[in-house]
Amino acid sequence: MPPEMVLQLRRVSKDFATQRAVANVSLEIPRGAFFSLLGPSGCGKTTILRMVAGFETPTSGEIWLNGQRIDALPPYQRNVNTVFQSYALFPHLTVQGNIEFGLRHRPVKGSDDFAKGSDDFNRVADVLKQVRLEAKASRRPSELSGGERQRVALARAIILRPDVLLLDEPLSALDPQLRKQVRGELRDLQRRVGVTFLFVTHDQEEALSMSDQIAVMNAGALEQVGTPREIYARPRTRFVADFLGAMNWIDGVGVRPEAVYITPEGRKAVVTGVTYLGSFCHIAMALESGETIHAQVAPGLAYTAGQTVCFTWNREDEVRL
Amino acid sequence: MKLRNPFLAPTAILMAITMLAPLAIIVVYSLLTRGAYGGVELPWTIENFTRLWDPVYGVIFVRSFWIAAVATALCLVLGFPLAMFIARSGPRKNLYLSLVILPFWTSFLIRTYAWMFLLRDTGIVNSILQALRIIREPLPLLYNDGAVILGLVYGFLPFMVLPLYATLERLDPSLLEAAADLGARPWDTLVRVTLPLCAPGIRAGAILVFVPCLGTYLTSDLLGGSKTVLIGNLVQNQFTASRDWPFGASLSLALMAIAMVLLFAARRRGEELL
Amino acid sequence: MKRGLAIYAVFAYAFLHVPLLILAVFSFNASRFSVWQGFSLQWYRAVATDENLIESSLNSLIIAIVATAAATIIGTLAAYGLWKRGSAWLSGSLYLSLVTPEIVTGASLLALFQWIFRFAHLRLGMHTVILAHVGFSLAYVVVVVLARLRTFDPVLEEAALDLGATEFGAFWRVTLPYLAPAIAAAAMLALTVSIDDYVITSLVAGVDSQTLPMVIYAMARRGVNPALNAVSTLVVFGLGMLIMLSERLRRT
Repeated sequence: MPPEMVLQLRRVSKDFATQRAVANVSLEIPRGAFFSLLGPSGCGKTTILRMVAGFETPTSGEIWLNGQRIDALPPYQRNVNTVFQSYALFPHLTVQGNIEFGLRHRPVKGSDDFAKGSDDFNRVADVLKQVRLEAKASRRPSELSGGERQRVALARAIILRPDVLLLDEPLSALDPQLRKQVRGELRDLQRRVGVTFLFVTHDQEEALSMSDQIAVMNAGALEQVGTPREIYARPRTRFVADFLGAMNWIDGVGVRPEAVYITPEGRKAVVTGVTYLGSFCHIAMALESGETIHAQVAPGLAYTAGQTVCFTWNREDEVRL
Repeated sequence: MKLRNPFLAPTAILMAITMLAPLAIIVVYSLLTRGAYGGVELPWTIENFTRLWDPVYGVIFVRSFWIAAVATALCLVLGFPLAMFIARSGPRKNLYLSLVILPFWTSFLIRTYAWMFLLRDTGIVNSILQALRIIREPLPLLYNDGAVILGLVYGFLPFMVLPLYATLERLDPSLLEAAADLGARPWDTLVRVTLPLCAPGIRAGAILVFVPCLGTYLTSDLLGGSKTVLIGNLVQNQFTASRDWPFGASLSLALMAIAMVLLFAARRRGEELL
Repeated sequence: MKRGLAIYAVFAYAFLHVPLLILAVFSFNASRFSVWQGFSLQWYRAVATDENLIESSLNSLIIAIVATAAATIIGTLAAYGLWKRGSAWLSGSLYLSLVTPEIVTGASLLALFQWIFRFAHLRLGMHTVILAHVGFSLAYVVVVVLARLRTFDPVLEEAALDLGATEFGAFWRVTLPYLAPAIAAAAMLALTVSIDDYVITSLVAGVDSQTLPMVIYAMARRGVNPALNAVSTLVVFGLGMLIMLSERLRRT
């Protein structure tokens, strides 16, 4: 296993009684990266996470962590930790109690990025500071807000300095406003602490805005792995193209709505719908063939349904599979 | 085998010893003949089961059924308004609930004795009635079916109130508001919405009361006197005074069979205890 | 309707509590008739010096404590085991033990013991009573603890495993604390059921292991007796205090 990779899945498959949840997935996750698994519900991303954590065993294939094979080990013997979707905070323990929970089992190891000294108590205090919860150390989970609970779940896992931190849709339980803010905080935290994040989500905006690399999955199989830019601008399969943002397909060539612009000359289409969205206007147009084309234009421009317009796009913005 | 599971093993062993083995023995005994000095001996026979059809015992079975049914019905009628009161009593719910549970937690035997004390010829009830000149001679309130039913209701009322309360408490108040909104008056709402929604609680309570009442021993023994012999007393008799273990065994199985049938008929999905 | 319910409730509570109160009042009656003839503690004095009563009370206490401890521990483990992975026959036997009439349980246990005693040199005694009590208390404990377990989110145990605890560590440090109130309630239930049991105990107790209910029953059989009133008052009062104490502890 190359040293710059911390986690490797080799031809991993998982079958359940009724279906094949993961089909022959091979993945390499670089050390220190913010790596996202993106896909619709049921695509197998959570199953992969659980296999890395140790709650499911692969039907076939191997999982290697830092040069060691781990797929047969129980969860408590793996140096990975999980931030659960529901946070799974222990209700009978305080914030401090929750964060300290795993310290009993893990010996202090490695050099500290964010804790001074190897004293457990210092570590807890420092982690509390990192997630801005010093004032709430003696509260119970039931007394915290959703965002605070998420930070406790994070702190509880990070303090153990796992080789990989697994995050199972940790933002889905937060309200949309909070979500955007937390995205930035999470990204900053990851950069500061340097732990490898394996982040599972179905929200492409989340994945695009936070990740160093994204693996897109569909129906148990890997569609494409790459940086956010690569995935978006140069999708390699039809699924990836359609899943990340919207895509128009004109004569077998893909063009993103934001790359379509209305010109005095070009292909003809009739406007069928105009939706004002504040920062831009979404225009739906129908070609003679009946196909619908979507375009994003500046909000100030006024078009009306029934109007005939011409549109075009730049060559560089074309996507060919 | 569950014995490998350390969590279940001790219970499995205990259940085998205290429940399954004894039942197996009872089944075996029911097919044997009574010994000359008690106990059992060969030959094998089904006489103990055919004997159950004797009208003498039929009377006892019917009477036990009747008493248990009346007691259960009374518990339901008396317990439902009480459960409703507690469920709607707001912040003092727990207090009122404890007041019902408290007597239940104390001795069943003592609570049965209390009625002996009250109902006997020289007891309080008769004394008061005589003092008020309502009667001249003391009424024979004790040692009859009525006293047994009273004792059963007194003993098992909390068993009925608790599941009723549990169901009523979980009732969504907006359902009652919806009924009122649609024109139902309080009584209509009670009959057409509350009661049907309480069906699980009523079923649970009825079972919790009827089955023990059917097999009651203490209440009929202390409050019923020698006139009220119910199934429970009959069974006890076979294993002690009469020394007819095989017949006691077949009676026990008959009693259990009845209980099983009732429980089976009353069960619904999602209401399991275990 | 609320007014009507409240009035009804007063009568209902009176029905439930007045008989015991009257019993208590007359335990202080100077005479043995149901006419009040002055305050007296003579019946309590009689009770306090009755060796039979004292010995049987002690027996009852010992049996209850031992049986409750055993049933609570074993039952809690069983509830956990059943929650993790059901066992139809175990659930079935526990259910059977709950619905079997007491008289049948007692008689069948007696039959079992008599059969065993043909081979082993044993007699009926405290040990058979304790065994019987553990047997019938188990189902109550399992029902109470299992009900609580059903409200427990299994992901909490996964989180514990994820953070380094073994399966037993997860049970001990996360699940058990959550179950504590239910375990306490189950223990109380088992205790009261054991102390109060007459039917089963009377069938499997030996000659020298009388329990309090057995003595009370014998006294009641002989007819009304003010000393019995005194005993009853003591028992009800004692158990009542115990219940209230445990409720208060539970609330903290």
